[in-house]
Order: sequence, then C-alpha cells, then structure tokens
Amino acid sequence: MQPTQDEILTQHLNREYEWGFEVPVEEELAPKGLSEEVIEFIWAKKKEPPFMLDFRMRAYRAWKEMREPHWLNGHYDPIDYQDAYYYAAPKALAEKRPRSLEEVDPEIRRIFDRLGIPLHEQEILAGVAVDAVLDSVSVATTYKERLAKMGILFCSMSEALENYPDLVKKYLGTVVPYNDNFFAALNSAVFSDGSFVYVPKGVRCPIELSTYFRINARKTGQFERTLIIADEGAYVSYLEGCTAPKRSEHQLHAAVVELVALPGSYIKYSTVQNWYPGDREGRGGVFNFVTKRGIAYDNAKISWTQVETGSAITWKYPSVILKGDNSTGEFYSVAVTNHRQQADTGTKMIHIGKNTRSRIVSKGISAGHSQNTYRGLVQVLPSAENARNFSQCDSLLIGQSCGAHTFPYVEVKNPTAIVEHEATTSKIGEDILFYCNQRGIPTQEAVELIINGYCQEVLAHLPLEFAVEARKLLAISLEGSVG
Amino acid sequence: MLTIRNLHVSVEGRPILKGLNLEVRAGQVHAIMGPNGAGKSTLAAVLAGREGYEVTDGEVLFEGQNLLELGPEERSHAGVFLAFQYPVEIPGVSMVQFLRAALNAHRAAQGLDPLDTAELMALLREKAALLKLDPSFLTRSVNEGFSGGERKRAEIFQMAVLNPKLAILDETDSGLDIDALKIVADAVNALRTPQRAFLLITHYYRILQHIQPDVVHILADGRIVRSGGPQLALELEEKGYEALLLPA
Repeated sequence: MQPTQDEILTQHLNREYEWGFEVPVEEELAPKGLSEEVIEFIWAKKKEPPFMLDFRMRAYRAWKEMREPHWLNGHYDPIDYQDAYYYAAPKALAEKRPRSLEEVDPEIRRIFDRLGIPLHEQEILAGVAVDAVLDSVSVATTYKERLAKMGILFCSMSEALENYPDLVKKYLGTVVPYNDNFFAALNSAVFSDGSFVYVPKGVRCPIELSTYFRINARKTGQFERTLIIADEGAYVSYLEGCTAPKRSEHQLHAAVVELVALPGSYIKYSTVQNWYPGDREGRGGVFNFVTKRGIAYDNAKISWTQVETGSAITWKYPSVILKGDNSTGEFYSVAVTNHRQQADTGTKMIHIGKNTRSRIVSKGISAGHSQNTYRGLVQVLPSAENARNFSQCDSLLIGQSCGAHTFPYVEVKNPTAIVEHEATTSKIGEDILFYCNQRGIPTQEAVELIINGYCQEVLAHLPLEFAVEARKLLAISLEGSVG
Repeated sequence: MLTIRNLHVSVEGRPILKGLNLEVRAGQVHAIMGPNGAGKSTLAAVLAGREGYEVTDGEVLFEGQNLLELGPEERSHAGVFLAFQYPVEIPGVSMVQFLRAALNAHRAAQGLDPLDTAELMALLREKAALLKLDPSFLTRSVNEGFSGGERKRAEIFQMAVLNPKLAILDETDSGLDIDALKIVADAVNALRTPQRAFLLITHYYRILQHIQPDVVHILADGRIVRSGGPQLALELEEKGYEALLLPA
C-alpha cells in the first residue's frame, strides 16, 4: 500500500534547520553580564560620541527598574540577564573595520556566502544594497558609494554615529523612547550595531536596501538598532533577513527599529524572519522580542510587511503612529508556527491626524503543537477626524494539536471613525488535499500551493526576490505538517 | 481498460459496495445510474483513491495494473480523472497556478520537463474556449466565487487540459441549467476518442440525451443489477427505479 498522508508527513517533519551551522570566529567579548561598567565598555569600544553614553546610561537605569514582562499568550522562563555577553565582535572586525568589501576577512565572508548573502557587489544581481551584521558588528555595506551620490546615507549604526552624529542624535529614541518597554530599554542600553538609512528630500531610493542579521557567537544576544529616516517626499524600501546557528540554549534577540516618515514620504519595510526556531521538542531557539515602530507625518505612508517563520517565540508588533493628517499605515503579516513555536504578533495603528488610514492583513498559520496569536490595537484619538481602519485576520490550522488566537483591541474616541474587522479560521482539510492529489499534485506540493494561495495577499507586498525566498521558507517551515 | 471484479467497499465499517463487477473498454462511454445511496459516489471515490474507503474484497485493474495499490496522485498520472460532484475552493490559487502544478506533476511522472509559460497558456486558452469559458476565468482563484454551473464546467475544462484515459464524471450534470449542460455535453463529445473511456455517474436521463452512452448500468444496493444499451436509460426514465428494481 501507499504511505498514508500521516506517514509522508512524519518523514518530512524530521527536516533540519538548514542555516544552523556555526563557524568558529575569534570573538572579542565584553565582560559577562550587565552593569554600568559594561555599558561604558561598549560605549568606549565603539568610540561613540558623549551623548550616546548618556542615552545608554539612562536606558540602563530605566531598565533596572523595570520587570521582565510575561503577558504574551505563551510561556518562557525568566531570562538570566547576567549570564550573557552583551557585546561580541569578531576580532577581525573589532580591530579594524573593513573600509571596502575586499578587506572583509575571508572567514567572515564565508559565513555570508554559505547563507547566500553576496558581499561582492558584482554578484548582486537584483540591485539590492546589503548591510551585513554578524553578532554585534556590521560586516560590510554594499553599494554605499553609489547611493551617496544621490545623498542617500546607508551604513551601519556605528558608522552613522561616527559620521553623522547630529542626524542620529536628532532622531534616535524619538519613535521608540529609551524607556518604552523592558526589551527596548535593554536594547537602548546595550545595542552595538544595526543599520542607518537617511533618504534626503524628494529622493526616491532606486534600489532595495537590505540588512542581513546573523547571530554566530555563543551566549550572546543580538541587540541591533535600526533607524530609517525618509525626508519630505522621499521613498525607500528596506528589507531585513535573519538566521542563527542551532543552539540548545535560547538566544535573545531584542532589536529596536525606528522609522521616521517625514511629510509626504513613504517607507516600505519588509522582514523575512527565519531565526532558529528550536528543535521539535522546543529546546533552544531564538526569543525574538522586538520593538518596531514608525511615525508618519502629514501625507506620509509607512508599510510593514513581515513573513515570520523562525524563532522559538516571536513577540512583536510593528506599529505606526499616524501623527500627520492624511497619513497611512499598513501592516501585512504572515506568521507561521510549527512544532513548539509560539508567536504573539500583530500591530498597533494609532490614529492621531485627520483622515488617517490604516490597513491590517494578518495571516496566521499554525501546525504541530504551536500556538499562534494575533494581537492588534487600533486606536483612534479624539483629534483623528474621519479615520479609517480595515483589519483582516485569518487563521489557518494544520493538524489537531495547534492553536490560533485573535485579540483585536479597538479604541475609538472620535465618532467619525470607521473601523472594520474581519476574521476567519480555516483548516487545510482532507477534501482540498484529495482534490489536489486527484489532479496529480502530491500532498507536500499541494500544501505549498494552498499556503501560498492563502498568503498571496501578503506576499504580493514583498519585493519580488524576497517573495521568492519567502515562498520557499513557508514551504520548508511547514514541510510534513499535514496529516 | 478498467476491470472491476467483485468489489466490496466499506465506509466506517458499513458495507456500501457489495460485489460490484464492471468492464470498461477504451473508447466506451458507460453510464452508471441508480437511486440515492446506491453507492455511485463511493465507486467514484474508490477509483480515485480517496482515504476513508476500505476495500474489503475484490480487485480493480486499470490497463492491467492494480489500481488500488496506487496513491491518488499516481492514479491521476496513470490517466484517471475524476470530475467532482462538489469541487472545492482553493483561495488565492489561480486556475493557471493550479493546472501548472498539476500538468507539471503529470509531466514529471512521464520524465518530461515542465511546460514553459507560453505553451501552458496556449493550452489553457484553447481548452477554455472549448468550454466557452471567459479567459479571465484562468486568473481567478480555483472555484472561488464560482456558481455551481461554473464549477462543473471548470471540472470538464480541467479534464480537457489533463487529457486522461479514463474520465469519471460524478454527477457533473446536477446543478447545470440547460445551456450549461449543453456546453458540458458538447465538450465531452468533443473529447470522445477511441483511446479514452468515460464513466458517467448520474441520476438523470437528461444528460444521456446529449451524451450517447454505449452501456447503461443500474447500480442498486452496492451492486450492478442491470446493464443494457441506451434504451435502458430511457426505460428507467419512463418507469422509475422502483419498478425496474422489483424482483423479476
């Protein structure tokens, strides 16, 4: 007899995380644990301007007074913050930051080669400028000079602090304050690198800007900080990708992303998140506790698109503060959980300006023993005349042991607002799989087809080459999950 | 082409087919008629390989091969097509994407390379025209928002694209208005070849006025109780099942 769907499934379920390799790279570490001395060490190591020490110290002191939050719809054991390193720099990078791509240490280059992230500009076909971040340090930024001719600044946060301290000082912490929440405060205290983008007035950035994050060192958290500023009438599309080696212990990833969309500008921010999700029993994996927020001024637009397939726990709410009149916020999300993964993700749309618009499309897919939660807030303040929101939250269940949850919060303080919410829950049923099988499509391929169809509306918002990668990731994450 | 011998099938422990015999040759059209609950749709499901149907006895040979050993997609690759009574919706997946996956799976099974987009589109447009389907139908999601009649036409369209050896039409005529029935029947007639056989499962004589069967069978209580030429269908239409099924 033929193997049953269950058997096919079980075979595929054992598939390994492909990006879990570890490359021995000599690292320079800060003293273990967290203290004012460590903060100063990081600040000094990075030769930052004085205002940064102040920013970091205020954040650290605020953080010390805060308690680790545990309100997510899921569970994680309290983290021992003293049993981790807050700064890890591959020595080759710490001693001398490469000035050009040719100077990048071959060992480090090999890591990114294995990940398929080209650091050689001639190999970049699709016209994507890449900033590659390994552990705490930016490795290389491609296409920098070409962008600079248009006045576009795209570099690591370290370089930005060195070369454009005034711009950083003006905007850093203005969207996500240093004491915003426990993990944002921790990030503000210890962040070591990340990407910085500034697009000047009226300039349309002609290529996709991309940062690729990689955790390599052991017992380190990754605390990157991204700051993107689109000046009046500017446009930029930014992509973020990430992987980590397989580890039996959990790794904390507490990033902060701040977007500043000045009047008439448009920032499009896309994420394909594939941190190590842990093994089938839930051992190891990345805690992806991230604060992402943008502020949109008059006539500006911010659009978040995320495909979340990795991490043991994903806990984040990319949000838009619709401060200016006629500003627009969008959130398109696919969150996939399998095995023991937990995701509690969604968005916040805060309507302040008049005629502000927001649109939320969330697609949750749960398989295995995973838990997948959409949590969203649509807030219309008294000043937001004629605000409009549309939310669509769909959940797809695969198998019998997973869960899907939806918590849409709506607070409307202006009677002219129109807020719409639609939600569906469905399953990949035996009938739809049989229909595909009967047409000759094997079960695994059928699942991919169905999932892609289900996520189509979100994937359509990703830049093309990213959408291709996202489709592959979706297929891999759910391989063998149908029974 | 298709030989069914003494087929016994149970669903959840309940016997549905109780010793069914059937012989279908290439080029023939067989109509299977019978009252509700006789086992008509069970026969279709078992031939296509749906899970949940337990074969307790008998055998099914398709071109000499034991069909029951094959998975549903392998049966499809071997040339068995089922036009569903209730086609399902696949949101977000266009008919083009769906049939590209299906066709390329068939081609892979034959050791052929995937079709390129131009060849695929030419084939799909040609077959859509056969079913008088608007080309925009190709970019719509599979069966999503289709009327009952559109779904049935879409099934026959898929059959035309996949070019099967044995096509099983499970009550394709139900839910069709006269015009749609005519379109479907014309398409089926156009697809009749000496190499292809049809199994037409139906309640009604109506479709047999448009598609002339070679053999008509009456299925009752899990067995074929009578077989004959086209005139049997007419007799059934006039007298009803009960009269025909009374013991002689």
